[in-house]
This record gives sequence, structure tokens and C-alpha cells, in this order.
Amino acid sequence: MNLFKRYLGVRQQPEADLIAIASEGEGEPKGAFWRRFRKHKLAVAGLFVIGIMAVCAIFAPWIAPYHPSAITDSFGEGPTWSHLLGTDQVGRDVLSRIIFAARVSLSVGIGSVLISAIIGAVLGLISGYFGGWIDGVIMRITDMFMSFPYIMLILVVSSIVGPGLKNIILILGLLGWPGVARLVRGSVLSIKQTEYIKASVALGYKTPRILFNHILPNATAPLLIYATSGVAGAILDEAALSFLGLGVQPPTASWGNMLASAQSLTVLTDKPWLWVAPGVMIVLCVLSINFIGDALRDAMDPKNRK
Amino acid sequence: MYNYVMRRILIAIPVLFGVTVINFIIMKMAPGNPVDMLVNPKLPAAAVEAKRMELGLNAPAYEQYWNWLKNLVLHGDLGYSMITYEPVTRMIGEHLWPTLLLMGISLILGLAIAIPLGVISAVRQYSKLDYTVVTLSFLGISIPNFFLGLGLVYLFALKLDWLPTSGMTELGQGGSFKDVVLHLILPCIVLTANVTGRTIRYVRSSMLEIIGQDYLRTARAKGLKEVLVVNKHAMRNALIPIVTILGMEIPILFGGAVVIEQIFSWPGIGQLTLSSIMSRDYSTIMGLNLVAAIVVIFANLLTDIVYALVDPRIKHSYQGAARS
Amino acid sequence: MSEAITRSAPSQTPLLVLDQLKKYYPIRKGLLNRTAEYVKAVDGVSLNIVPGETLGLVGESGCGKSTIGRSIVGLERPTDGRILFEGADISKLSGSEMIKLHSEVQIVFQDPYSSLNPRKTIGSLLAEAVKVHRVVPSDKVVSEVDRLLDIVGLPKTSKSRYPHEFSGGQRQRIGIARALALKPKLIVCDEPVSALDVSIQAQVLNLLKQLQKEFNLTYLFIAHGLGAVRYISDRIAVMYLGKVVEIGPTKELFRNPKHPYTRALLDSYPIANPHLRDRERIVLEGDVPSPVNPPSGCRFHTRCPMAQAKCREEEPLLVGEGDHASACWFSH
Repeated sequence: MNLFKRYLGVRQQPEADLIAIASEGEGEPKGAFWRRFRKHKLAVAGLFVIGIMAVCAIFAPWIAPYHPSAITDSFGEGPTWSHLLGTDQVGRDVLSRIIFAARVSLSVGIGSVLISAIIGAVLGLISGYFGGWIDGVIMRITDMFMSFPYIMLILVVSSIVGPGLKNIILILGLLGWPGVARLVRGSVLSIKQTEYIKASVALGYKTPRILFNHILPNATAPLLIYATSGVAGAILDEAALSFLGLGVQPPTASWGNMLASAQSLTVLTDKPWLWVAPGVMIVLCVLSINFIGDALRDAMDPKNRK
Repeated sequence: MYNYVMRRILIAIPVLFGVTVINFIIMKMAPGNPVDMLVNPKLPAAAVEAKRMELGLNAPAYEQYWNWLKNLVLHGDLGYSMITYEPVTRMIGEHLWPTLLLMGISLILGLAIAIPLGVISAVRQYSKLDYTVVTLSFLGISIPNFFLGLGLVYLFALKLDWLPTSGMTELGQGGSFKDVVLHLILPCIVLTANVTGRTIRYVRSSMLEIIGQDYLRTARAKGLKEVLVVNKHAMRNALIPIVTILGMEIPILFGGAVVIEQIFSWPGIGQLTLSSIMSRDYSTIMGLNLVAAIVVIFANLLTDIVYALVDPRIKHSYQGAARS
Repeated sequence: MSEAITRSAPSQTPLLVLDQLKKYYPIRKGLLNRTAEYVKAVDGVSLNIVPGETLGLVGESGCGKSTIGRSIVGLERPTDGRILFEGADISKLSGSEMIKLHSEVQIVFQDPYSSLNPRKTIGSLLAEAVKVHRVVPSDKVVSEVDRLLDIVGLPKTSKSRYPHEFSGGQRQRIGIARALALKPKLIVCDEPVSALDVSIQAQVLNLLKQLQKEFNLTYLFIAHGLGAVRYISDRIAVMYLGKVVEIGPTKELFRNPKHPYTRALLDSYPIANPHLRDRERIVLEGDVPSPVNPPSGCRFHTRCPMAQAKCREEEPLLVGEGDHASACWFSH
């Protein structure tokens, strides 16, 4: 089994710099973190954008001018004063649909990442802490899952279990854990070597206490950074799936399935309001989350401390 | 070195085997089957049953898997499509090259843009140029493929009418070199934007790490010109982790291909995947997944080997004995 | 066992006995990772420690001294041999028995910067140890933590602070307080002062001495040099390449070192007494040989200025009169 251990030890992992955050992390005064985070103007703007989107998502029924699937009296019309972003061919208000679709994107992002973070963290902890054949087996399974092109695997599975919001969250969550598992395992391997963990063993603490009380808190910083980009990725994946017709199904509005209508050439050329707005929303949302993730990384990296 | 390569090959074998098993399990979980899609509901049950027998769908799962694996290993045979009755290997073969062409060009272009930009960005950290490059790279990873694709089609094909919107060649033109290149431009831009976005950040951060290291300070201290320091000392070491990017990009590009090929009607693996998923063509999906996984595993293997070649630390750690 | 008994300090039942302790680390080689060779980190060490004494364990890095310390507290499983604590073999204990043992045997680590969990306050670090082993009833935990901080000379206000807010010496005090929380009988001090500034070293050593008197503690004090060890130890054992080459009472060993390796270690220290400076000094040359293939015969012969043919062929045993013994063909 040592074969596996060394294989993974040598191979340069892209998340190596994240793992360093786990092992070199030191406590520090709370204000310092925010001071460094605030330096990223774009991340602060991103936080603001995501905040607005979250408010829209939560209070959608009160904010949206129309019910998202209510058919109004205008069909496929461009922006007017009563329909700020126009209406689709069925006669639904585009702005209202976009506001409601924020619910889909944010819940997919957060829900699926929560699932994969929990699975990945538990497997990574076990794999890294116990090592030996357990580690070998878990890491081999991780490798197998990572060998499939991610989108292809998701497409196949979603075509099998069927589309729908709940299924999308489950699929993205259940297939997204290998990256988390590898990251957490790497963090655990480096934290395990520290003397404070050896001290916990010598103090006679039981293994679950050591794992969850001493190792996991020290592995959360890289996990959080990784999860942030995971949320962005999941939102993009949902949009792509819905665009291809295998994700969230109409009449439920999702930014992805709203764009799907643009696959028809007439919509693409003559009714740009139908696809530009949801596309811009996806970009804004994902971009904001990625900026936040980048600022988190900088703020949490012990190398940036003075 | 020999040991190192052999080790990696030995590890790839069980992973490959596991991939086929997972693949098969997923397919078996699928409700409905191609017979349901094909046959007329008015057909008598006996005829449906005969069709199932013919396609081998009645055998126990492990036997179906065994037959499939046996054919694959002994004859390189992935079976026949359950929809078109064509051999799966031939279907994949026909669709693989367009995808590899698209992926290959995008990858090379992406790296050609990203490496110099990432290096300059790191060397001039916190300059205006750095901010611009980093912000653009974030845009590159945040724009969904399909949105960028649609935007490009809208602008260049529909409004400006400069470029073709779909396919790999114009019908009836026989597919001259120029024709293919014209069709390649738009899908390539989309994939390249993606590759570039991801790669720039990686190059920049690995370059930054190296710039801060002591041996570069030494190089500066002994009076080497900054250009020389960057080109001779920093670049070489920054390129080592870039090898990793190649390994990471390939599975992502395969995924991206599904969406891009759908938008641009590019006759590649992605389109074949989507159409066989829609028609529940199990044998084709299994073959496609397997081919994609094999490409990924080989890319990883190659990455590891190239890594060992460029990074002397790995070579040496495998020559001497290491403590476990 | 016979060898171990001859090594015992004056007529007391030992608290801890190491009996032919061995720890080999496998080296895996080749395609299939077969175990080809072993690193013989500890290769047959027998020692006794009696209650209330401090045994210093000295040697160059890689000689196996830390491995011994870690084996005693259960961080390593010995390959062979026995570790007897109060007469019972603790080297093969199962999980729950091991946990009970931990309250009797504790360890203080070398690096005070990495031995405290950076994300926990000092109060919660100490309280956790107290709570897990139910040292005091749960309503007394807070006052017990205060008492521990007081013992090691830190203010009560330290409780709500994090490790990074303390200096190295203060952190080492916290590490000592944490070890004391379980009211152990034996504390393994694994180079506890070598990472500290010289001025701080003395403070921590004094604290250890004072605690020993107050709580009747027994120490195994591991160090790579003789300086701190001389100050704190009652007896000293010198290790070379996984074996004990000399053991004896501190004064005796410093006055009359029998093994050439011990002499070399002593000679590498500046001598305060000018009258002794003239004597011939042994200066070691070359590197420590690999513990994978230790030299035949006496392991020190490759670097020993006195080595003869016999040293290459036969391994000397650890013998001597009374409580001072050495493993050298020419020391008797």
C-alpha cells in the first residue's frame, strides 16, 4: 500500500498551496483578516453583488413584479416600462423569471457544495489520518471518479436519474467530493505531522476527538477557499446542464434554461433581451464568488501576514 | 526512472479497471432501455422480448459486463450502437478527431497566451497590467462557455456575417483547409478563453512563489540583469508546475466540448455524447466514457513522467531509498 | 533482563524499565515495495529509571534517543523488546489501556511553536486535558486550570489567549502545564529547551527542577548536547547509532568518561576549569554512519581514535562496576 502513499506524495497537486495554508496557519487577531480582505476592492464589490442576489432570492415573491410563470398580455416583446426586461414567447416577464432563478442558482451552488464538502471532508480525514490500505482504497476511488470528464459524468447521471432542481443538487454534490477529499487529505497529512497532534495522542485523546476537534479546525481554511470556488463551479455546471435541457426544467426558471431558448436562431438574432440578461447574471454571480474566493485565499494565507 | 514509470503504469491499471466497473454500474442503474425507445408500443410482448434477447439485455449484469470487457480486451471491440447498429469503435473514431483537433489547438493557443501573460503579470506584481490580466483571467473562468459561444455567434456570424456558425465544413465544399480553419475560429476562441483564464492564475502564482525564493535573490545579488533573472532562472522553474496544468485541462476540455460542440454543431465526441444520452444508447455512452477516461488517465500518466523528467527532485527521490 | 538489572540505580524498584528495546523502520524498495532493509533507529536498549530521578539521554541527532522517548509515551510501537512501567509491559497495550497509561506518562516536546494547537485558547487546551481524563470533578475544571497556570508561573489571564500571543519560553511552560494536567508520574522531556534562547533555557530548566521536587516527578530528559543535561540529570546515558554506549551518575560520567565517544562529546564543550584544558582532546571526524548498515563490531570504530582490529570484529557489551558502565573494549 506504500506504493499508493508515495505515488500521491510525489505528484504535484494543484491544491498544494492551499494545503500550505492549513499547515502553516497560526492564530491571529480577528480584525487582521478583514483588513486584508478589504484590500481586494473587487471582492468587496463581489460580496455586495452576492448580497443583493441573496436578498432577491430570499424575498423574490415580494420583489418580482410578476409571478415567474404568469402569462402576461405581451408576448416576446422587448423591454418596456411595464416589463423592464421584456417578455418571452410564452408571455412571461423576463425580469421576474431572472429574480426567481437566483433562488435556483444559489441553492444549487450552496446545497451541492455542502454535500460534497461533508462527504469529501470525512473521507479525506479518514484517508489522511489512518493511511495504509484505507488511504489506498479511498484515493484509488477518488482517482477513478476524477478520471471521468466531470461534465460528461454529470450528463450521463442526470440523464439517468432525471432532471429537476433536487436531482441536480444531489448529482453535483455526490460527484463533487473527490477534489475535496484530496484537499482535506493533503491538509491532514501535513497537520498530522505537527507536534500538537502528537501531543493530543500522547494525552490519550480518542481518535474522533483528535480528528474533529484538533485536525479539522486546522483544515477549514483551505476547505473554505476550495468550497467558494466550488460554489462558482456548481452554478456554472447547473447553468450548462439546464442549457442542454438536462437540468432544471421549465416552467421553473433557471438562468441556464432561459438561455436555452437562444439556441434558436430567431431568438438569438431578434430577441437578445431573452438571453443576454440571464447570461450576464450568471457571469456576475460567478465572477463575484470567484473574487471573494481569491480574497479569502489572500487573507487566509499566512505568508501575507506581517 | 524506470521504476518510477513502471510504478505509475501499474497504478493506472486498477484505476482503469475501476473506471469500467463504475461506468457499467451507472449504465445499469438507468431506468428504461433502448428497446422501449425503439419499439412501437403496439408490438406484442414476445417481439419485445426477442429484441431484448438479441441485444443481450436479459443476461445477468455481471455476465453482460464480462462479455463487454472480454470483447474490449480481446478484440478492441466496444460493441454495437443500440440505435444505429454501427460499431461503437467506428462511431467514436469518426468523432474523436474533430474533438482532438479543437481541444489541441485551444490548449496550445491558451498556453501560448497564458504563459507570457502570467509571467509578466507576476514580474510586475501590483502594476496596472497585473490587475488587468488577473481581472481578465477571472472573467475567462467565470463566463459560461455557452454564453460566450452564443455571444460570438451573434456578433461575428449573425451581425457581421464574417464567419460560419456551425459544422466543421461548408456543405458541398469538400472541406478545404481554409474552410475548416474558418469553422474552427469561433469554437476555438471560446475554449481558449477558458484555458487562458485558468492557466494565467496558475502560472502567475507559481511564478510569484519562485520570484520570492532565495536563489533568485542570489541571482540578482550577483548582478544579473532582471530580464536574465526572469528568463533563465525563474521561468524554468515556473514551467515545472505548468506541466500539471496539461493534466488538469484535458478532462475539463472534454467536458467543455460537449457544450461547445452542441452550440457550433461541431461533429465531435461531445455531440455524439449528447445525442447518445438523449437516445439512451448505452453501449455508445459506455464506450465514450471509457475512451474519455482512458485519454484522461494517459494524460495524467504522461504528466507524471514529464514531471519526473523536468524535476530532478523526483528523479532522485526514486533512486535512493526513502523512509516510509 | 540480567543486563538491565546490573544497570539499575541503587536498590530501588524502577518506575520504568526498557528491556532490549528495538525499533526498526522498514525501507521499501523496488517495484513492489518489498521491505528490503531496515533503519535500525533503536537497536537493543536496556535502561532503568527509578522514581524521583532524572535520567539524561544524550546523543547526536539520529541516534534513536527521540524514538525511545516516543515509544515510552506510545507514539511509536517498538519492533521488539519490552517497556515495563511499574512492572507491567506497556509496549503492547490496546487502545483503552493505552489511554489510561497516558495519564501516568506524559511528554514535553521540543518545539513550543508547533506543540500547541494554534486554534485553541490556552484555557481550552488545558481544560480539555483535565476533562478528558476526569482529573477533577467537572465543576472544578476552571479552578484546576488556574492552578496549573499558577504552577508554571503564568497569569490566569492567559486562559483566553491563543498560543501565538506567547513567547517560546512561555509556550514551553504551557506545554509543561498541559503535561502536568494529568498528574503523571513520569515525564519524557524531548529536548525541551533546545529550541529556546539560552537565557530562557535556564528558566525552563529551573521550573522543571522545582516541579520535580514539588510533585515527586520522574524525568527522562532527552538532549543532543551535554550542557542542559548535566544541570538537570542525576544519571546520564549516552547513545550512539541506536545503542547505549555509556551510562553512569552525572558527576562520575563527567569526571571519568570511559567511552571514547563520551569523551569526544565532553571535549566538544568549552571547559571552565583552565587546569583541565591541557589534556588531550578527542575531536570526532567524519559523519555518523548510516543506521541501515551499522558498522560491524563496535559501532563507533569507524570514528574512534583508539580502534583496533578487535573493535571491528566483536561487539563490546555494556559492562562496568557499580552503576557506571560503558561498552568499549578498552575502557576497563
